[in-house]
Amino acid sequence: MSFLLISIALGVIMLVVTGIAVFHKKLIVAIIAAGVLSLFASVLYLLLAAPDVAMTEAAIGSGLSTIIFFYVLNRIRTTNGTEDQETV
Amino acid sequence: MRKLFIIIILAAFGLMLYPLIQSFSGNDHLSELATYYAQKENIEKVNSVNLVTAIVVTYRGLDTLGEVTILFLTAAIIAFFLKGPSTLRTLRPNSEIFITAARVLVPIMVMFGVYIFMNGHLSPGGGFQGGAVIASAVILMFLAFPDAPFQHKFFGFMESISGLVFVGLAALGALIGSGFLDNTILPLGTFGKLLSAGAIPVIYSFVGLKVGAELSNILNEFKSVQSDK
Repeated sequence: MSFLLISIALGVIMLVVTGIAVFHKKLIVAIIAAGVLSLFASVLYLLLAAPDVAMTEAAIGSGLSTIIFFYVLNRIRTTNGTEDQETV
Repeated sequence: MRKLFIIIILAAFGLMLYPLIQSFSGNDHLSELATYYAQKENIEKVNSVNLVTAIVVTYRGLDTLGEVTILFLTAAIIAFFLKGPSTLRTLRPNSEIFITAARVLVPIMVMFGVYIFMNGHLSPGGGFQGGAVIASAVILMFLAFPDAPFQHKFFGFMESISGLVFVGLAALGALIGSGFLDNTILPLGTFGKLLSAGAIPVIYSFVGLKVGAELSNILNEFKSVQSDK
Protein backbone atom coordinates (compact mmCIF):
# COMPACT_ATOMS: atom_id res chain seq x y z
CA MET A 1 0.00 0.00 0.00
CA SER A 2 2.77 2.43 0.91
CA PHE A 3 4.48 1.45 -2.34
CA LEU A 4 1.35 2.50 -4.22
CA LEU A 5 1.15 5.78 -2.30
CA ILE A 6 4.79 6.62 -2.97
CA SER A 7 4.34 5.82 -6.67
CA ILE A 8 1.25 8.02 -6.90
CA ALA A 9 3.02 10.86 -5.05
CA LEU A 10 6.00 10.59 -7.41
CA GLY A 11 3.67 10.65 -10.40
CA VAL A 12 1.88 13.76 -9.14
CA ILE A 13 5.19 15.53 -8.47
CA MET A 14 6.35 14.58 -11.97
CA LEU A 15 3.17 16.04 -13.49
CA VAL A 16 3.63 19.30 -11.55
CA VAL A 17 7.29 19.58 -12.57
CA THR A 18 6.33 18.88 -16.19
CA GLY A 19 3.84 21.73 -16.01
CA ILE A 20 6.57 24.04 -14.75
CA ALA A 21 8.92 22.88 -17.51
CA VAL A 22 6.35 23.56 -20.21
CA PHE A 23 4.70 26.76 -19.01
CA HIS A 24 7.37 28.72 -17.12
CA LYS A 25 8.46 31.98 -18.72
CA LYS A 26 12.13 31.74 -17.74
CA LEU A 27 14.00 29.14 -19.77
CA ILE A 28 16.52 28.45 -17.01
CA VAL A 29 13.75 27.42 -14.63
CA ALA A 30 12.21 25.25 -17.34
CA ILE A 31 15.52 23.46 -17.97
CA ILE A 32 16.04 22.79 -14.28
CA ALA A 33 12.45 21.54 -14.01
CA ALA A 34 13.13 19.08 -16.84
CA GLY A 35 16.20 17.82 -14.95
CA VAL A 36 14.19 17.41 -11.75
CA LEU A 37 11.57 15.51 -13.73
CA SER A 38 14.24 13.02 -14.85
CA LEU A 39 15.43 12.65 -11.27
CA PHE A 40 11.95 11.75 -10.01
CA ALA A 41 11.46 9.45 -13.00
CA SER A 42 14.64 7.58 -12.07
CA VAL A 43 13.38 7.10 -8.49
CA LEU A 44 10.12 5.75 -9.92
CA TYR A 45 12.03 3.35 -12.18
CA LEU A 46 13.97 2.13 -9.16
CA LEU A 47 10.69 1.48 -7.30
CA LEU A 48 9.36 -0.39 -10.33
CA ALA A 49 12.36 -2.77 -10.14
CA ALA A 50 14.29 -1.44 -13.14
CA PRO A 51 17.62 -0.29 -11.67
CA ASP A 52 19.38 -0.40 -15.06
CA VAL A 53 16.97 2.11 -16.56
CA ALA A 54 17.06 4.20 -13.38
CA MET A 55 20.85 4.57 -13.64
CA THR A 56 20.66 5.66 -17.26
CA GLU A 57 17.89 8.13 -16.54
CA ALA A 58 19.70 9.64 -13.56
CA ALA A 59 23.01 10.04 -15.37
CA ILE A 60 21.82 11.07 -18.84
CA GLY A 61 18.41 12.62 -18.15
CA SER A 62 19.19 14.78 -15.17
CA GLY A 63 22.96 15.16 -15.62
CA LEU A 64 24.13 15.32 -19.21
CA SER A 65 21.07 16.67 -21.00
CA THR A 66 20.54 19.47 -18.46
CA ILE A 67 24.11 20.67 -18.95
CA ILE A 68 23.80 20.39 -22.74
CA PHE A 69 20.58 22.44 -22.63
CA PHE A 70 22.40 25.09 -20.62
CA TYR A 71 25.27 25.18 -23.12
CA VAL A 72 22.80 25.52 -26.01
CA LEU A 73 20.83 28.22 -24.17
CA ASN A 74 23.98 30.23 -23.55
CA ARG A 75 24.99 29.80 -27.19
CA ILE A 76 21.57 30.93 -28.48
CA ARG A 77 21.61 34.00 -26.26
CA THR A 78 25.07 35.09 -27.35
CA THR A 79 24.25 34.56 -31.03
CA ASN A 80 20.96 36.43 -30.92
CA GLY A 81 22.62 39.58 -29.63
CA THR A 82 25.30 39.87 -32.31
CA GLU A 83 25.04 40.50 -36.02
CA ASP A 84 27.31 37.78 -37.42
CA GLN A 85 25.67 34.37 -37.36
CA GLU A 86 28.26 32.49 -39.33
CA THR A 87 28.85 29.69 -36.87
CA VAL A 88 25.29 28.54 -36.25
CA MET B 1 -15.08 28.97 -27.84
CA ARG B 2 -11.55 27.77 -28.48
CA LYS B 3 -11.18 26.54 -24.92
CA LEU B 4 -14.45 24.63 -25.22
CA PHE B 5 -13.08 22.98 -28.35
CA ILE B 6 -9.89 21.92 -26.53
CA ILE B 7 -11.92 20.55 -23.61
CA ILE B 8 -14.10 18.55 -26.00
CA ILE B 9 -11.00 17.09 -27.66
CA LEU B 10 -9.49 16.17 -24.30
CA ALA B 11 -12.74 14.54 -23.19
CA ALA B 12 -12.84 12.55 -26.42
CA PHE B 13 -9.28 11.38 -25.79
CA GLY B 14 -10.20 10.36 -22.27
CA LEU B 15 -13.21 8.44 -23.52
CA MET B 16 -11.03 6.75 -26.13
CA LEU B 17 -8.39 5.69 -23.60
CA TYR B 18 -10.81 4.69 -20.84
CA PRO B 19 -11.27 1.05 -22.00
CA LEU B 20 -7.49 0.56 -21.71
CA ILE B 21 -7.59 1.49 -18.02
CA GLN B 22 -10.73 -0.49 -17.39
CA SER B 23 -9.42 -3.69 -18.90
CA PHE B 24 -5.96 -3.34 -17.33
CA SER B 25 -4.98 -6.13 -15.02
CA GLY B 26 -1.57 -6.65 -13.47
CA ASN B 27 0.65 -9.32 -14.95
CA ASP B 28 1.39 -11.94 -12.31
CA HIS B 29 3.35 -14.34 -14.49
CA LEU B 30 6.19 -13.98 -17.00
CA SER B 31 5.39 -13.69 -20.66
CA GLU B 32 6.42 -16.42 -23.06
CA LEU B 33 9.66 -14.74 -24.13
CA ALA B 34 10.64 -13.90 -20.55
CA THR B 35 10.00 -17.50 -19.53
CA TYR B 36 12.38 -18.62 -22.24
CA TYR B 37 15.12 -16.28 -20.99
CA ALA B 38 14.60 -17.26 -17.32
CA GLN B 39 14.80 -21.02 -17.88
CA LYS B 40 17.60 -22.70 -15.96
CA GLU B 41 19.32 -24.28 -18.96
CA ASN B 42 19.22 -20.99 -20.88
CA ILE B 43 20.73 -19.14 -17.91
CA GLU B 44 23.49 -21.72 -17.75
CA LYS B 45 24.14 -21.15 -21.44
CA VAL B 46 25.13 -17.50 -20.84
CA ASN B 47 26.17 -17.83 -17.17
CA SER B 48 25.40 -14.21 -16.31
CA VAL B 49 23.94 -13.22 -12.93
CA ASN B 50 22.28 -10.09 -14.28
CA LEU B 51 19.88 -11.46 -16.86
CA VAL B 52 19.24 -8.00 -18.31
CA THR B 53 22.87 -7.73 -19.34
CA ALA B 54 22.78 -11.16 -20.94
CA ILE B 55 19.77 -10.11 -22.98
CA VAL B 56 21.23 -6.72 -23.92
CA VAL B 57 24.66 -8.00 -24.93
CA THR B 58 24.00 -11.50 -26.23
CA TYR B 59 20.39 -12.16 -27.21
CA ARG B 60 19.70 -8.59 -28.35
CA GLY B 61 23.31 -7.65 -29.07
CA LEU B 62 22.49 -6.34 -32.53
CA ASP B 63 20.23 -3.70 -30.93
CA THR B 64 23.14 -2.62 -28.74
CA LEU B 65 25.31 -2.35 -31.83
CA GLY B 66 22.64 -0.17 -33.41
CA GLU B 67 22.50 2.07 -30.35
CA VAL B 68 26.27 2.46 -30.34
CA THR B 69 26.15 3.32 -34.04
CA ILE B 70 23.46 5.96 -33.45
CA LEU B 71 25.54 7.50 -30.67
CA PHE B 72 28.60 7.51 -32.92
CA LEU B 73 26.63 9.23 -35.70
CA THR B 74 25.35 11.82 -33.22
CA ALA B 75 28.85 12.58 -32.00
CA ALA B 76 30.15 12.81 -35.56
CA ILE B 77 27.35 15.17 -36.67
CA ILE B 78 27.79 17.40 -33.61
CA ALA B 79 31.53 17.56 -34.23
CA PHE B 80 30.86 18.40 -37.87
CA PHE B 81 28.42 21.25 -37.26
CA LEU B 82 29.77 22.83 -34.08
CA LYS B 83 32.95 24.32 -35.42
CA GLY B 84 33.07 27.73 -33.91
CA PRO B 85 36.05 29.96 -33.35
CA SER B 86 37.32 29.23 -29.87
CA THR B 87 37.01 32.54 -28.11
CA LEU B 88 38.62 33.23 -24.80
CA ARG B 89 36.07 33.37 -22.03
CA THR B 90 36.48 35.43 -18.92
CA LEU B 91 34.67 33.44 -16.29
CA ARG B 92 34.04 34.22 -12.68
CA PRO B 93 36.49 32.13 -10.61
CA ASN B 94 34.93 29.12 -8.95
CA SER B 95 34.60 28.94 -5.22
CA GLU B 96 37.19 27.07 -3.21
CA ILE B 97 34.62 24.61 -1.85
CA PHE B 98 33.46 23.64 -5.34
CA ILE B 99 37.00 23.15 -6.65
CA THR B 100 38.01 21.04 -3.66
CA ALA B 101 34.87 18.93 -3.90
CA ALA B 102 35.47 18.40 -7.61
CA ARG B 103 39.09 17.35 -6.91
CA VAL B 104 37.81 14.72 -4.48
CA LEU B 105 34.79 13.58 -6.50
CA VAL B 106 36.06 13.35 -10.08
CA PRO B 107 38.40 10.36 -9.56
CA ILE B 108 35.77 8.58 -7.46
CA MET B 109 33.13 9.14 -10.15
CA VAL B 110 35.39 7.81 -12.90
CA MET B 111 36.18 4.78 -10.78
CA PHE B 112 32.48 4.21 -10.06
CA GLY B 113 31.74 4.33 -13.78
CA VAL B 114 34.45 1.74 -14.45
CA TYR B 115 33.02 -0.39 -11.62
CA ILE B 116 29.54 -0.19 -13.14
CA PHE B 117 30.56 -1.38 -16.58
CA MET B 118 33.00 -4.03 -15.36
CA ASN B 119 30.34 -5.52 -13.06
CA GLY B 120 27.61 -5.25 -15.66
CA HIS B 121 27.06 -9.00 -15.68
CA LEU B 122 26.89 -9.21 -11.85
CA SER B 123 25.01 -6.12 -10.68
CA PRO B 124 22.60 -3.67 -12.31
CA GLY B 125 24.27 -1.42 -14.80
CA GLY B 126 26.49 -1.90 -17.80
CA GLY B 127 28.27 -0.14 -20.58
CA PHE B 128 25.84 2.71 -21.22
CA GLN B 129 25.30 3.49 -17.56
CA GLY B 130 29.03 3.37 -16.76
CA GLY B 131 29.84 5.54 -19.75
CA ALA B 132 27.23 8.08 -18.71
CA VAL B 133 28.68 8.21 -15.18
CA ILE B 134 32.16 8.79 -16.61
CA ALA B 135 30.77 11.59 -18.77
CA SER B 136 29.19 13.12 -15.64
CA ALA B 137 32.64 13.18 -14.06
CA VAL B 138 33.94 14.94 -17.17
CA ILE B 139 31.14 17.54 -16.83
CA LEU B 140 32.12 18.19 -13.24
CA MET B 141 35.71 18.65 -14.41
CA PHE B 142 34.60 21.10 -17.12
CA LEU B 143 32.62 23.14 -14.63
CA ALA B 144 35.27 23.19 -11.92
CA PHE B 145 38.36 23.68 -14.12
CA PRO B 146 37.19 25.48 -17.29
CA ASP B 147 40.74 26.18 -18.44
CA ALA B 148 42.07 22.65 -18.11
CA PRO B 149 43.15 21.15 -21.46
CA PHE B 150 40.96 18.42 -22.90
CA GLN B 151 42.72 15.76 -24.97
CA HIS B 152 39.98 15.31 -27.53
CA LYS B 153 42.30 13.40 -29.85
CA PHE B 154 42.92 10.82 -27.14
CA PHE B 155 39.19 10.50 -26.51
CA GLY B 156 38.48 10.09 -30.22
CA PHE B 157 41.23 7.47 -30.48
CA MET B 158 39.82 5.55 -27.52
CA GLU B 159 36.33 5.69 -28.98
CA SER B 160 37.48 4.32 -32.35
CA ILE B 161 39.55 1.53 -30.79
CA SER B 162 36.68 0.51 -28.48
CA GLY B 163 34.19 0.42 -31.34
CA LEU B 164 36.58 -1.67 -33.46
CA VAL B 165 37.19 -4.14 -30.62
CA PHE B 166 33.44 -4.42 -29.99
CA VAL B 167 32.67 -5.23 -33.61
CA GLY B 168 35.74 -7.49 -33.79
CA LEU B 169 34.64 -9.53 -30.79
CA ALA B 170 31.14 -9.78 -32.24
CA ALA B 171 32.52 -11.02 -35.54
CA LEU B 172 34.80 -13.45 -33.69
CA GLY B 173 31.65 -14.95 -32.20
CA ALA B 174 30.37 -15.56 -35.71
CA LEU B 175 33.69 -17.16 -36.74
CA ILE B 176 34.44 -19.36 -33.70
CA GLY B 177 31.17 -19.55 -31.78
CA SER B 178 27.64 -20.17 -32.89
CA GLY B 179 26.75 -16.72 -34.17
CA PHE B 180 27.31 -12.97 -34.24
CA LEU B 181 27.91 -11.66 -30.69
CA ASP B 182 28.07 -15.16 -29.21
CA ASN B 183 29.53 -14.92 -25.71
CA THR B 184 30.97 -18.44 -25.50
CA ILE B 185 34.18 -17.55 -27.35
CA LEU B 186 35.75 -17.08 -23.90
CA PRO B 187 35.38 -19.67 -21.09
CA LEU B 188 32.14 -19.23 -19.20
CA GLY B 189 33.78 -19.49 -15.76
CA THR B 190 32.06 -19.84 -12.39
CA PHE B 191 28.57 -18.39 -11.99
CA GLY B 192 28.83 -15.12 -10.04
CA LYS B 193 32.58 -14.47 -10.36
CA LEU B 194 34.02 -11.34 -11.98
CA LEU B 195 35.59 -13.33 -14.82
CA SER B 196 32.54 -15.24 -15.91
CA ALA B 197 29.79 -15.09 -18.54
CA GLY B 198 32.25 -15.46 -21.39
CA ALA B 199 32.76 -12.37 -23.51
CA ILE B 200 30.00 -10.29 -21.87
CA PRO B 201 32.21 -8.31 -19.42
CA VAL B 202 34.84 -7.71 -22.11
CA ILE B 203 32.29 -6.49 -24.65
CA TYR B 204 30.48 -4.34 -22.10
CA SER B 205 33.73 -2.78 -20.87
CA PHE B 206 34.54 -1.67 -24.39
CA VAL B 207 30.98 -0.39 -24.88
CA GLY B 208 31.38 1.58 -21.65
CA LEU B 209 34.70 3.10 -22.76
CA LYS B 210 33.19 3.99 -26.13
CA VAL B 211 30.08 5.61 -24.68
CA GLY B 212 32.07 7.53 -22.06
CA ALA B 213 34.55 8.85 -24.62
CA GLU B 214 31.78 9.75 -27.06
CA LEU B 215 29.66 11.66 -24.54
CA SER B 216 32.77 13.47 -23.26
CA ASN B 217 33.64 14.48 -26.81
CA ILE B 218 30.09 15.79 -27.40
CA LEU B 219 30.28 17.84 -24.20
CA ASN B 220 33.67 19.21 -25.20
CA GLU B 221 32.26 20.29 -28.57
CA PHE B 222 29.43 22.13 -26.84
CA LYS B 223 31.82 23.71 -24.37
CA SER B 224 34.27 24.87 -27.02
CA VAL B 225 31.69 26.97 -28.93
CA GLN B 226 30.64 28.98 -25.88
CA SER B 227 31.54 32.63 -26.00
CA ASP B 228 31.07 35.74 -23.93
CA LYS B 229 29.60 38.03 -26.55
